[in-house]
Amino acid sequence: MKMVMAYIRHEAFEPIRTELLTLGFPSLTISEVKGSGRQKGVTERYRGAELTNYLRPKVKLECVVADADVQTIVDTVLRHGRTGAVGDGKVFVIPVDESYRVRTGEAGEEVLQSHPEAGA
Amino acid sequence: MFAQTPRTPPPGGPKLPDMTETTLDTLVGELNVTWVIVATVLVFFMQAGFALLEIGFSRGKNAGMGIAKILVNFSIASIGWWAAGFAIAFGGAGWLAGDSGFLFQFGREYTLFGEDVTASGADASFFIFQFMFAAVSLAIVWGTTLERMKFAAYIPFAIVFSVLIYPLIAHWGFGGGLFAADRLGGLFGDGVQDFAGSSVVHLTGATAAFAALLLLGPRKGKYTAEGQPRAIPGHNMPLFGLGVIILWLGWFGFNGGSTLGTGGGRFAEVIAVTNLGAAGGVLGAMIVGRLKQKTLDIGMIGNGAIAGLVGITAPSGYVEFWAAPIIGLVAGAIVVLGVLAIDKKLDDPVGALSAHGLAGIWGTLACGLFTSDRLAETVGIGKPGLFYSGDFSQLGVQALAVIFTFVTVFVLSWITLKLIQATVGLRVSVQDEDAGLDISEHGMYGYPEQFIPAAELVGYGGGPDRTVPPARVPTEI
Repeated sequence: MKMVMAYIRHEAFEPIRTELLTLGFPSLTISEVKGSGRQKGVTERYRGAELTNYLRPKVKLECVVADADVQTIVDTVLRHGRTGAVGDGKVFVIPVDESYRVRTGEAGEEVLQSHPEAGA
Repeated sequence: MFAQTPRTPPPGGPKLPDMTETTLDTLVGELNVTWVIVATVLVFFMQAGFALLEIGFSRGKNAGMGIAKILVNFSIASIGWWAAGFAIAFGGAGWLAGDSGFLFQFGREYTLFGEDVTASGADASFFIFQFMFAAVSLAIVWGTTLERMKFAAYIPFAIVFSVLIYPLIAHWGFGGGLFAADRLGGLFGDGVQDFAGSSVVHLTGATAAFAALLLLGPRKGKYTAEGQPRAIPGHNMPLFGLGVIILWLGWFGFNGGSTLGTGGGRFAEVIAVTNLGAAGGVLGAMIVGRLKQKTLDIGMIGNGAIAGLVGITAPSGYVEFWAAPIIGLVAGAIVVLGVLAIDKKLDDPVGALSAHGLAGIWGTLACGLFTSDRLAETVGIGKPGLFYSGDFSQLGVQALAVIFTFVTVFVLSWITLKLIQATVGLRVSVQDEDAGLDISEHGMYGYPEQFIPAAELVGYGGGPDRTVPPARVPTEI
């Protein structure tokens, strides 16, 4: 099991979400985050005075999948997240030791993503 | 008594009114001017209503720009109306346009309703009152273009609109031009009934908005790849609601002031009719909205108030009290059905095409149905409506005026906007639209706290020159 953790532009989220749904990966979590990378800051001018803002808003997407599915998720994020400009974000893949479904107490890979009865 | 009023007029200058002698006649004139100026102030306040309504219906990233847009457009129109707009609208008796009163000035001769007059204080009140109508019409144009229009495009259009497009229609409808009795061989019968401008002001603004929308296209993401419309919720319904209530208040001046005086207490009657129309609009939109959407939609109820007010604008001087809530109710129903239908294909963020356009057409036609014998005679324009006279002729005249207004405004606006599109451009880039117009066009956010992390805001414990305050030592007792 791996967690794919992607920091992406707000605009990129919707196409990624749509494709993941059609591929059968409905389970994910997003957070509104602010961070900085190589992207330049945005300078706000408030009545003559300047305020430069380096922490830019991004969407953080977290999605835990079976090892075999990691590449599919990463490819989807890369394909829709890329504009070619600085500030497109990063993707990290992190190992996950265990997983449980709270409702039933089931454990293991079957609790990830689509329900078994809905999948395949 | 008047510290800065010269006792004697300067030699060769304009004749000052004689302040030494007050007669009943001068008092009546001054009372009329007073009411018109009170109404002017009320209509001016409608700009605040438009600003709040549009800001409330925008996303938070486009909240600040509404203020810059309203102020700049109003100011351009102020100058344009003074330089030429007023002259074209009211300075002459020709059927097409006026030709005197350019660079309007106290003491200057011009032609008003076919009479040569010297501009006085009363003329100044008429000038500024009518300007507020032009400014309302211009404000209506831009609600439809929210969240994607380039600021630079507003400026040339505001000039053309305040100097030519609105004044032309105002001359036809209000200034004794084309829509008056016996023009072009009696094409418009005894004249078109449009008391305060359902057609002249509201349909004109909405038609220009329609032309702008066709050239501009929808906001990014409004329609799915399959063409299904999606909701783009505005960020602040309380601001929207406050905007509606301010517009409602301003409308008492808009319609009530169109009596241009206090004679016979007519303005009070008009204001009462206006309020009944607005009430009908709210209830009509509430009922039809509930039936169509299974919910009591706040935006639709607010749009219903606007539609009721737009609908009652033309009939406000021509119909009896009983007709007003009916006209409003129909307008409220029209706006809900109109918004739902238009949204399928055209992205109109505030519903102006329905609230000002469709309800404006309805209000103009409603005169042809509801105008009473008494009021057609009192105002002296047109014939009683179908329900009083059993005669369709006034309804036909009203419909013809709607067609003339729509076609003229659409063609002129479309050409103007097409030229602007080819030169400065109409629409911001996709990146600017994503970032929001506040930061991309104006360099600042409407709500900085929402977009700049606290860590980088001065005074929130962050900022590059952050200082840690010394720990406070409790005083020993």
